[in-house]
Amino acid sequence: MAAGGAQPMIFKTLGWLTDPGHWRSTPFDTGILGQLGAHVGFSVIALVIALVIALPAGLAIGHTGRATWVVSVANAVRALPTIGALVLLVVIISPHFYGRTNAGFLIPTEIVLVVLAIPPILSNTYAGVQNVSPAVRDAAFGMGMTDRQVLGRVELPNALPLIFSGFRSAMLQVIATATIASYVTLGGLGRFIYDGLAQKDYPQMIGGGVLVAALALVADLLVAVVQRYVVSRGVSGRFHRNTSVDSRVAALVEENV
Amino acid sequence: MIRFDGATKRYPDGTVAVDELSLEAPSGQITVLVGPSGCGKTTSLRMINRMIEPTSGTIWLDDTDTASLPAHELRRQIGYVIQNAGLFPHRTIVDNVATVPLLLGEDKTKARARAMELIERVGLDPAFAKRYPAQLSGGQQQRVGVARALAADPPVMLMDEPFSAVDPVVREQLQEEFLRLQNDLGKTIVFVTHDIDEAIKLGDQVAVLRVGGKLAQLAAPADLLARPVDAFVAGFVGRDRGYRALGFTGAGTIDTHQEPSVAVGAAYPGHGAGIDGWILAVDADGKPQGWLPTGEEQRGDVVTDAMLYRGGTLAAQGGSLRAVLDACLSSPSGRGVVVDDSGRLVGSVTAREVLDLIEKRG
Repeated sequence: MAAGGAQPMIFKTLGWLTDPGHWRSTPFDTGILGQLGAHVGFSVIALVIALVIALPAGLAIGHTGRATWVVSVANAVRALPTIGALVLLVVIISPHFYGRTNAGFLIPTEIVLVVLAIPPILSNTYAGVQNVSPAVRDAAFGMGMTDRQVLGRVELPNALPLIFSGFRSAMLQVIATATIASYVTLGGLGRFIYDGLAQKDYPQMIGGGVLVAALALVADLLVAVVQRYVVSRGVSGRFHRNTSVDSRVAALVEENV
Repeated sequence: MIRFDGATKRYPDGTVAVDELSLEAPSGQITVLVGPSGCGKTTSLRMINRMIEPTSGTIWLDDTDTASLPAHELRRQIGYVIQNAGLFPHRTIVDNVATVPLLLGEDKTKARARAMELIERVGLDPAFAKRYPAQLSGGQQQRVGVARALAADPPVMLMDEPFSAVDPVVREQLQEEFLRLQNDLGKTIVFVTHDIDEAIKLGDQVAVLRVGGKLAQLAAPADLLARPVDAFVAGFVGRDRGYRALGFTGAGTIDTHQEPSVAVGAAYPGHGAGIDGWILAVDADGKPQGWLPTGEEQRGDVVTDAMLYRGGTLAAQGGSLRAVLDACLSSPSGRGVVVDDSGRLVGSVTAREVLDLIEKRG
């Protein structure tokens, strides 16, 4: 393979991707589907943990306006060199695990991914809550909502577009970065990239990269669909065109009578 | 009844926003708090529903000390309308209006039905119910704001400059409708504004506050205009208060002259028709549309809308002297047009006659 023929790389990559043998797992080798599953698994675990941490924290910071330094610190952590941190954590953590478990590698990987996913979710959640118009917040309290109700029934629904955008950028970053799991012996689509690189099997390496990109796009699309249904039209501004024109005309007519 | 008993708001930096305020807003009436910026009018209002906690003093809601129950429970019993309506962008109009009933645990169907009633009551098309606030104009949003405050039928309403963010035409409309609504509902209302005209128009009683949060004068609007208690109040109620005071004097049975008129669409009247070179143009229902000059050359065969001078305001029969005098002063012919309840021409009157009437009553 590595010798390379006259065929351009793009065809060889396509050839690798479309070979049914590469998709199925064998007793010796995990196929594309298996690695895809593992990749999705790493990503979902990291995103769920990040959401559980960053969403409540962002809501609380945004609602109270206190401890905003947490957001700055989280953003500074974005500059962390991922591979370096991963290797360091593996060195620290993996000696505590023996035997047939990959926890010694999985835990460091997830920590790195979670650290990566928290800042966008946290800062966007915080900004989303902060951005709610003071008049709206004032009205909510003035009508007798408790703190919890103001947060849950008013601030959260209005912050959703920003929260979603934070989550989506976290998700893209996590899916792209989850390839490093393979760097520390775990599976995932990174397997093809690192193996391809090591074996100078460039179609396999590029194929792995293409799969990661495709997964990221599909995931983003799915979340975009969810967002469409979850976010109120009053906030996203997606009004049926006719209604919107009608109401503007009605508004003009009404104000001029 | 809302009663301020020595209510004071002092901030940690020593600023006093409201200083020993004592006043009573009687049940079923509109009490307007008015004053220049920094006079503590909004702070006073917000102390009633404890959006701001008083530093000392007590505020009573009938026989209840407002400090004696949890703030959110207090607020659910008090309607609250603010300047930019503060509608919830993510909720439809009907759900915005149903907010407080839902907080009070009413079931959804009932709360929505009540909300629909109120949407119509404040003069909105029920078709708006399913729209979102962003799809409404400022004036419409403010109506929804009022409907939302009324939803749980609270005996007390607080209104913080509710009409100041809309244009003057809509503001006037909203004020009229608000007065009509209050006529039906008889709520105890505390209303904050910086606009003395609005205060005088809407208030059953007006409290003028001075900078530093001290009550300068509490009086009925007509008394306020007639007998300002000191130079500050006199300055604040303005120079043309004599003219404005006419707004509180009914014109009564003012004698009108018959006014010749021509219908829009009819043949252009001949030279010298009408009186002193002006003839009043009316539509098919007899509603005055504007003045047509007849002293100059004929400008067409028939009278069209485009030919009319529309400067004159119309005074309603039985309206105030201010409206009648204004109709005279604004009319290009010098004759003020008086119309009946359905807007049809009754007759005209001159400024001279209105002034004579004022002097006679003086």
